[in-house]
Formats: sequence, C-alpha cells, structure tokens
Amino acid sequence: MVDSTAAPAKKMGKAIDLKYQPGFSQIAWLCIAVLYAPIAVLVLFSFNQNRSVTVWTEFSFDWYVKAMNNEGIRHAAWVSLEVAFIAMVIATIMATMAALVTTRTAPYRGMNMAVGVINQPLMVPEVVTAVATLIFFAIIKQLTGVSGIGYLIAAHTAFCIPFAYMPIRARLEDMDLSLEQAAADLYAPPFKVFRRVTLPLMLPGIMAGAMLAFIVSLDDVIITLFVAGPGETTLPLYILGQIRRGVTPEVNAVSTVFLGLSVILVTFIFLFGKGKK
Amino acid sequence: MPLSIVLVYSFLEPGDFGGVSWVMSFDAYVQLLFEEDIFDETLSFSTDYLEIFLRSISLGLFTTIACLLLGFPTAYFIATQPPARRNAWLFMITIPFWTNLLIRTYAMLLILRDQGVINLSLIEIGLIDRAIPILYTDFAVCLGLVYAYLPFMVLPIFASLEKLDFRLVEASYDLYATRFKVLKRIIIPLAKPGIAAGCILVLIPSLGAYITPALLGGGKSLMIGNLIELQFGQARNWPFGSAIAMVLMVIVMLSLMAYLNFGAKKRAPGHG
Repeated sequence: MVDSTAAPAKKMGKAIDLKYQPGFSQIAWLCIAVLYAPIAVLVLFSFNQNRSVTVWTEFSFDWYVKAMNNEGIRHAAWVSLEVAFIAMVIATIMATMAALVTTRTAPYRGMNMAVGVINQPLMVPEVVTAVATLIFFAIIKQLTGVSGIGYLIAAHTAFCIPFAYMPIRARLEDMDLSLEQAAADLYAPPFKVFRRVTLPLMLPGIMAGAMLAFIVSLDDVIITLFVAGPGETTLPLYILGQIRRGVTPEVNAVSTVFLGLSVILVTFIFLFGKGKK
Repeated sequence: MPLSIVLVYSFLEPGDFGGVSWVMSFDAYVQLLFEEDIFDETLSFSTDYLEIFLRSISLGLFTTIACLLLGFPTAYFIATQPPARRNAWLFMITIPFWTNLLIRTYAMLLILRDQGVINLSLIEIGLIDRAIPILYTDFAVCLGLVYAYLPFMVLPIFASLEKLDFRLVEASYDLYATRFKVLKRIIIPLAKPGIAAGCILVLIPSLGAYITPALLGGGKSLMIGNLIELQFGQARNWPFGSAIAMVLMVIVMLSLMAYLNFGAKKRAPGHG
C-alpha cells in the first residue's frame, strides 16, 4: 500500500503518518490520568467540609485552618524548612566545587571514580543509604558524645549533593571555555576570572541545583526516618505518622500545601532549564 | 565509606541493648536462610526471609514490565509531538517525578481503600455489593510502585527516542514494512539504551522501596526495605539488618552489571 514517495500515497486517499503508532496516544493519556488522578482526589478532598476523605459534602477551608493551628504540624514544617535550607546551602556549595573540579581541571587519576562516588547515592537504594548513614552516625555519636539536629542536616546534605551536582555540571560543560580564556588573556587573576566570568555564567545551573537539593531534602522520608532523633520530626515524617493512625482531611490539607510548594519549585527549575537554551 | 561499615556490621553480633558487640560472626547471614530452634539450637532451613526477597524481586520485575508497557508508548508519543506540545507533556511527566513520594502514595491509598474512590464508585454503579479489598495486597503495592516510578521509565526512553532519525522509519515503510514491523525492527532497537536505562532506574528503587509497601502493602506484603527498617527499628538487630542491606546491594549490583554488560554488547562491532 505504501508507495516509494509520499505523493502517490496521498493520491490513494490518505497520506501515511510516519510517526503514528496505533493506541500510543491513548496510553500516553492513560499515563497522565494514572499520574494525576490520585493527586486530584487528594487535593479535592482537602477542601471537603466533611470528615470523610471520600464522600463530598461542602467546600470549606476548615481543614487548612485546623492544620495551621496544629502545633505538631507547625513544628514539623519548621524543622523541615530549617534542615532543607541548611542542607541546600552546604550541598550546593560542595556540589559547585565538585563540578568545577571535575570539569575545569585536567583529568587526573581517579577522577572517574570521584564522579562515581559523588553520584553513588543515585544508584544505591535509599534504604541502604539510610542504614549506612545511621550506622556511621551512631559510631560518631559514640566516639564524640555529640548529639542533635546536626546529624540530620549532615545526612540531608550528603544525599542532596548529587542532585545539586548534576545541573551545575551540565551547565559547566555547556559553557564556552573561550570566555574564561579571554579573561585570563586580559590579565585577570584566576579568582577574578571565576568571580566575574565563570560564576555569573554558571549561576542558572547553581540555582537549579540548589532548588533540586531543596526539594529532595524536603521530600525525604526514609533517610530521615532512620537518622532523625526525638523532636526532629520533619513534615514528611509527621505525615507518615498521621497516615499510619488513619486518614483525615487534615493530612490532605497539609499534603496539598506541600504539593503546591513542590510544583512551584519544579516549575521554576523547568523555566530556568528552558531559558538556558 | 558508610557502605563498608554496613558490610562490617553485617558480620557482627547484635548487642544486648541495640547497637553491636564487636564479635565476628556469620550469624546474621545464617539467620537469613535458617531458623534456629530455641530448645536444642539446631538449625532448620527456613524460607520466611527468602520469601520476602523473592516477593521484592518479583514485584520489582513486574513493576518494571508494567512501567515499560505504559512508559514506552508514552515516551514515543511525546517524542513525536511538535516541540511546543512536547515540552508541555514533558513538564506533566516531570512534576510527579519531583513531588513528594509519600504524599503521592497517600493519594493512592485514598483511592484504593475499601471506602476509597474505586470501591465506592463500583458500588454506586452496582457492579459489586461489597468493597473488594484492594489495599494491603501485592497488587496494590505493584500499582503503587508503577505509579511512583513511571516517570523514571518515560524520561530516559524519551531522551533516546528524541534523537531517532525518522528517515529510517520512512525508509522501512518504503520497503513495505507494516507499522508493527517498523516498531519492532526499527524503533525499539534504536531506543534500546533508553529502555535499558529506564528499566534499571525503575527496578533499583522498586527493589528497595519502603514507603509504598509500608502504606499500601500493610503487614502482609513486606518487601526488603521494610524488613531492613524493622531490624533497625523494632527488632534492634543491626547486624541482621545490615546483612539484609548487603544482600539487597548485591542484587542491585548484579542488575547494574547486567545493564552495563548489555551496554557493552551494544557497542561491540557488528551490532551497531
């Protein structure tokens, strides 16, 4: 039926669509439905006036007000933001340095291994990382006697680094080396080259990396579950505890706010990524 | 470095009050396969833990296959869209990728519950009289895993399909290939690196999944992740937990090696 050129095919009634495969678009829509339907239900019932999470009665903000006034939630949200913010700052700085070293210096022995070590948390199941972190910190705790929220922050920093590292490195690799070379030619000392040329150019990558690190830290459950001490309940841990006790629209309300925050951050990252090209 | 500590720990004995005592032993690994009789301390072969491992692996594989069946057509569909719409679709896929897994799993729980949306609407239209239990089954866990890791499959496949040269597709149609044949002989082989990457990205986190089986599987569908957490939490048997974590790592390493092997074969001459 298909002829050697498109024109005869057209003459036979319809042009053949090269890219078409039967049923694929339906499956794509199904995927979107599968990915979004549960979230839609969750958001919808956070506005339900009734206690039930499945029978709709009336629109209201009651559960949001309740969640806002809940001391536990407020504390957990504060811990989450604090940990995520500090972890983001440290992880971004370290990832930036790592990215500079792995792209701007002459390849040295073991560099591939260094990259592997940086990215290792991405390839290991999270539970294993969590176990490793827990044992590691337990030993340090035993040796030094120091305890506190520092461990939780350190753990978050550690697993945020690869997420911050990826976009920064990608940005550095895309950048034109000749600009830095030109600056050096014009007698700029290395630090000035970095501050006036390299850093401004890599800023979008750093921003994206920082936001990714922030989201990843904010979302983490498993590693926090293992490492967090008493009084260090983050928002996801709080939600997990609530879910285990039973479902309430209050959890829906908190989750919706949480989701909204993630979506806003992801949108920002997406726009940053697009602006680059 | 922390990983090697886990390795060391897995060969120690549990301390009396949690933690470990520094005695070398293989007990933790023995415990995986055998059950110690409390009276005469003889060992008998036990499949309890093995069963959890097998369940994790089979659920992981099943999830991977389901993700592939859903993800490949989706990725292909996105790759064939005009650029503006392509970006919108990618954005739609990326958002769940970065939103909180716990919250998404909770949303799934709301839907699958006995009083959840699925059951209630089925009752409403009179298809069933009483709620069919979906939650706390292997099926629910699998569904949750597919839901959680689908983006991991779509994105790498999309990345490899994006570069697909559609002149090859055109040429094969010219040579009287059917749509299915084009798919099987041209598109899928060219997308293979993406498919392999997607599979590994879905398989690894599914194997170690914790939240999904904990919320959707209840006590009945334990997976490796939950078993490890139990050992470090309630059971306070750190060496045993470490041993399980090490076995999990070995499984992950094996699948990674299979993946790398696959990549190496692809690059070998004569297969280009």
